[in-house]
Amino acid sequence: MTDKGIGARTLRKEDRRFITGKGRYVDDIRMQGQAYAVFVRSPHAHARIGAIGKDAVLGMPGVLGVFTGADVQADGLGSNVCGWNVVSKDGSGMNMAPYPLLCTDKARYVGDRVAMVVAETLDQARDAADALEVDYEPLPAVVDVAKAQDGPVIHDGIAGNLIYDWELGDKAATEAAFQKAAHVTRIELVNNRLAPNALEPRAALGHFDPGTEQHTLYVTSQNPHVHRLVMSAFIGIAPEHKLRVVAPDVGGGFGSKIFIYGEECLVLWASRKLDGVPVKWTADRTEAFLSDAHGRDHVSKAELAIDADGDFLALRVNTKANLGAYMSTFSSCVPTYLYATLLAGQYKTPAIYADVQAYYTNTSPVDAYRGAGRPEASFLIETIVGQAARELGRDPAELRRQNFIPKDAFPYQTPVALTYDTGDYAATLDRALDLSDYKGFEARKRESASRGKLRGIGLSCYIEACGIAPSAVVGSLGAGVGLWESGKVRFSHTGKVQVLTGTHSHGQGHETSFSQLIASKLGVPFEDVEVIHGDTEKTPVGMGTYGSRSLAVGGEAIARSCDKIVAKGRKIAAHLLEAAEADIEFKDGQFTVKGTDRAKSIGEVAFAAYVPHNYPEGVEPGLEEGAFFDPPNFTYPAGTYVCELEVDPDTGTTEILRFVAVDDFGNVVNPMIVEGQVHGGLMQGIGQALLEGAVYDQSGQLVSATYMDYAMPRAWDVPFFEVETGQGTPAQANSLGVKGCGEAGAIGAPAAVINALTDAIGVRVEMPATPEKVWHAIQATRHAQAAE
Amino acid sequence: MYAFDYAKPASLDEAARLLADDPEAKALAGGQTYIPTLKQRLAQPTRLVDLAGIPDLATIKEEGDGLAVGAMTTHKAVAASPVVQRAFPELAYLASLIGDPAVRAMGTIGGSVANNDPAADYPVVVLTLDATVRTTKGEHRGSDFFPGMFETALEPDELIREFHIPVPEAAAWEKFRNPASRYALVSVLLVRTKDGEIRCGVGGAGPTCFRATAIEDALRSSFAPEALDGVTIDAGDLNEDIHATAAYRAHLIPVLAKRCVRRMLRR
Repeated sequence: MTDKGIGARTLRKEDRRFITGKGRYVDDIRMQGQAYAVFVRSPHAHARIGAIGKDAVLGMPGVLGVFTGADVQADGLGSNVCGWNVVSKDGSGMNMAPYPLLCTDKARYVGDRVAMVVAETLDQARDAADALEVDYEPLPAVVDVAKAQDGPVIHDGIAGNLIYDWELGDKAATEAAFQKAAHVTRIELVNNRLAPNALEPRAALGHFDPGTEQHTLYVTSQNPHVHRLVMSAFIGIAPEHKLRVVAPDVGGGFGSKIFIYGEECLVLWASRKLDGVPVKWTADRTEAFLSDAHGRDHVSKAELAIDADGDFLALRVNTKANLGAYMSTFSSCVPTYLYATLLAGQYKTPAIYADVQAYYTNTSPVDAYRGAGRPEASFLIETIVGQAARELGRDPAELRRQNFIPKDAFPYQTPVALTYDTGDYAATLDRALDLSDYKGFEARKRESASRGKLRGIGLSCYIEACGIAPSAVVGSLGAGVGLWESGKVRFSHTGKVQVLTGTHSHGQGHETSFSQLIASKLGVPFEDVEVIHGDTEKTPVGMGTYGSRSLAVGGEAIARSCDKIVAKGRKIAAHLLEAAEADIEFKDGQFTVKGTDRAKSIGEVAFAAYVPHNYPEGVEPGLEEGAFFDPPNFTYPAGTYVCELEVDPDTGTTEILRFVAVDDFGNVVNPMIVEGQVHGGLMQGIGQALLEGAVYDQSGQLVSATYMDYAMPRAWDVPFFEVETGQGTPAQANSLGVKGCGEAGAIGAPAAVINALTDAIGVRVEMPATPEKVWHAIQATRHAQAAE
Repeated sequence: MYAFDYAKPASLDEAARLLADDPEAKALAGGQTYIPTLKQRLAQPTRLVDLAGIPDLATIKEEGDGLAVGAMTTHKAVAASPVVQRAFPELAYLASLIGDPAVRAMGTIGGSVANNDPAADYPVVVLTLDATVRTTKGEHRGSDFFPGMFETALEPDELIREFHIPVPEAAAWEKFRNPASRYALVSVLLVRTKDGEIRCGVGGAGPTCFRATAIEDALRSSFAPEALDGVTIDAGDLNEDIHATAAYRAHLIPVLAKRCVRRMLRR
């Protein structure tokens, strides 16, 4: 049994259906008589909306309804909301403008929803949407965060498009430390805007049952209960007990399916307006580029104060964050509490001060995307530390090691609010240097040079805060919800197990990992476990999957449910075995009387619980236990990534030759799944560094709205990754000792790539470091050298 | 996709007649450009005339000093053809680098040339080798087949039967890919014809493929990579987009040509 328990490289049980095309995604669900919604989207980045020619379209073949912002308002539906209030330096709350389901007065980005057309067939809906005439009065637009303050006012009454001006850390102590610095390293950098690109685009199918007045929404969601909460409490689609949200198989999220979007609210509302006709919408790829919440998009300045010995004294950071045209569900916390709180990195820098200004622009809303704030923090720290090493002529590995929080200093209170529980940063660094043959680099560089190539090596010692999060802590920082998680373990008569979880798997392999957890905790065969998620009518209320939290928070709720099962089972077994409860031991699925071979299996105990003919007095029948777990702290995965690459100076092309990733994820349930998660994260991190960019032109048109122009990383862009996850320091915030692994690759990789590229060509290039940018940088360096 | 009628004629002449009868009808070869265009509702033909049912359009044979390649021959078939691999291996190599396996299995040489996407690969071959384009209305010379971006010398109801591609003495193909689409950002086909003439065709860089005469002139006097040192290409007429400026494209042309020279000298 334990060959498929915790620690085993068990093949994923969900893969059979995915690989054979038997997955069931939202668009696969076809309800009798379903109609199709198509959204009319603004072609302008900023425009006043005049007349909308509804009547002409209502008579077109198959058209069931045309809905505008006025219809939504008339029905009393509320605005979408951002659920985390970030308070400015002056004590004022954030400037959250209305985020209507459909535009009312103005459209504020290209792709903004202006109207929804519902028709019997998809082609009819498209024809009608194409025919709908909308009077637009185009207005000037602003897309760059650096220009937002002086741009046109996007929301009435919000001057300078400023959402908040927030700070963290001890400003005075930081200023004082800079006075004592022997050296100050300064850097200005851009963290490029990314489109999330889940394989499955967003989709929704809404159905109102006029008999029961029950509303059912099938939607591509990472957190169906959060969808239900926001749609009922804030938007007012239906009361919560009359609203069921189902997230079936979902093909990737990366954050973009956390958020509550207008489309899913509107198809459900339209079903009610149309007396129960089911209404479906599925985004096409360009619609996904235009309307999925994007990620990143920061412009930052940072300064690192260093003393004469190379010790970091202080870090000062200013960041301007682009939040797009509206505040998406968790947008406000990404460039603040998920970003500046991580600016200590792995270092014992005693003083840190960061301030962040967030702005509206005429672009798609920006929210959490794989890593969410932590990649931006890690990239900034690891880039400035790399530059400091170059300026000081220090080995970048040794400068880092000198400044690491030592392993005997945990728990460690950083100057930016977090308390790191465990870690051994020198161990992951040493292992990564060893695996990458760091010492042999100079010889390899000479060999490259003999072929006319520029070789570089780069380090990134990242840290992240995962397993979000302690509810009391996030609540004190402005979160509108708690971030605990639920689990339930249910035995049947025959000893089979259903695990119900409030988390949601959209590629992570929960069905496998949670089954392994049950196999180890309860001694039940892996194959006898069924994991159920993604349906608000089946699972206990849960907060969903993001922030690498499913195992560290949701898994712990399941583990605690198991402990309750064992506690109850012990009472039943004691009765059946005619022994004292205190004498019953539980191991490998057997309740045994201590010191004897008298035993009852957990299956026999489950049967007795459901057929309680011979049963202890005062014990309820049944064997089903649940738990809600609110962690006492975040978890802190950390590690060292080493990238080695070669640049062709003739073209500026970068080829990654080796990529070594040594991660401390604490204990690991399934190393194969963890490695797969790291591989995916590394691809996205390398994609950000070298390839990906969501690009708006100055008029606000999204230039990169198809795969002809948005460069996704492919297998041939990377070498085989060398990934190692076995060196963990167990997390303290949960009994499993797990930390979470879903985001690490995307967090740690960009700085490793850019540091390696900088090492190769001698100058830093902004991401994505395309061949042309690299080539220009090499030319500029050579011209400068020639002039000297 | 808008609704359209569909016809699958059994002969090229019938296909040409269907196209002549209806100016809004459109021929469909492998569909690797046109089907996505239809899906995005960027075209609204009355009728698709599918050429896939016409026999004998996907043949490859040696003919005189060259290869006769049928218009409906897929990229995959060209890449895998023993005839091409023996007579003109660089053409098989070029075909093997087009798109991805799915595109190569469906896309055709005729469709690629008739579409004349500035970033397509086969137009560079037809231009550089001055291939003969045999059609339902006669013949065209490759050297004046591509007047501009997405334009060809074909009449609207004129269909390509086959290409006669002269086999060069030696050839090298270099493609620098657009990081997003993986089409050519710049491509260079360098050949020495059987008459000893050096020709350098360029794709991806301009509105349509063209010959880089400055490179040809330099290599005519000395066929060595160093001969291209200092050779510059005027960026004025070249394409510019978020992936590359015209100046960068201009820079890449001699870089790729040098690589071609090195490869040809190594053989």
